[in-house]
Amino acid sequence: MKNDYLDETPQLLKVLNWISVLLLLIASWMVFFYAPLEAVMGQVQRVFYFHVAAGWLGMAAFFVAVVAGIAYLIRRTAKWDVLGVAAVELGLIYMFVNIVSGSIWARPAWNSWWTWDPRLVTATVMELVYLAYLMLRQGIEEPERRARFGAVYAILGFATVPLTFFSIRIWRTIHPVVIGSGDAGAKGSFEMTSTMLQTFMFSLATFTVLGIVLLWHRYRLGKLEAQVEEMRMEALDY
Amino acid sequence: MILIQDGPAETTGFMILGYAVIFGVLLLHVLSLSLRKRNLRRDYDLLKDLEK
Repeated sequence: MKNDYLDETPQLLKVLNWISVLLLLIASWMVFFYAPLEAVMGQVQRVFYFHVAAGWLGMAAFFVAVVAGIAYLIRRTAKWDVLGVAAVELGLIYMFVNIVSGSIWARPAWNSWWTWDPRLVTATVMELVYLAYLMLRQGIEEPERRARFGAVYAILGFATVPLTFFSIRIWRTIHPVVIGSGDAGAKGSFEMTSTMLQTFMFSLATFTVLGIVLLWHRYRLGKLEAQVEEMRMEALDY
Repeated sequence: MILIQDGPAETTGFMILGYAVIFGVLLLHVLSLSLRKRNLRRDYDLLKDLEK
């Protein structure tokens, strides 16, 4: 594997680092000061902006893992495996943020931290499925076999992503639907004003850029990991 | 039982908790990437020295 990790950080990544910080600052300002106070739920409704954005980032990362998995199975080059692991790790972290922030919002909105609602259950199953991906990899020593099994698992595991996304649109649920129409029994729905919509869209864009930056950093880290591992093996052979 | 809500509910504490989790995890994630990078660079330098 070519080591480009220890090369200079790419100029584009450096620029994106600063852009993501700037976007995060602007998005935070919009969330706390630009978006209006929701009439019923009050301040806790503001959690919604980054809660959905984190979920979007998590699901997009799992999609990247599928693309990397397919590419690995076709090309059999280690870089796709490195990208797959990086994407799953990113997806797990931001789906965790999504689930926990949703639970915090649910406490005042639903009067409960947790309920066995289809969206909450499918999101948690998705998280556990991808957590098992990391455990599976830990259990396989041979790198090529580990990458192949990981690629297949990431592709199969992706079935949980559309299931989670559509769960609030196909089953009876109390979880609100932001885009499109939801169940009449949903609790915590609200009418989005134009400034709320602008804040929401800006948060999604911010987390998209943030996701690209974090994925890129994690990918470079993965390449160095592989390089160090290779060097360690060579050192042991002496 | 209150049937008519007078103004928005007082939920500031939950909002603070929510954003503390969001920014806290984000910060930990960036910190973890940075620490792992530092440790790997150290290993890399050590292994390079061993090669010489």
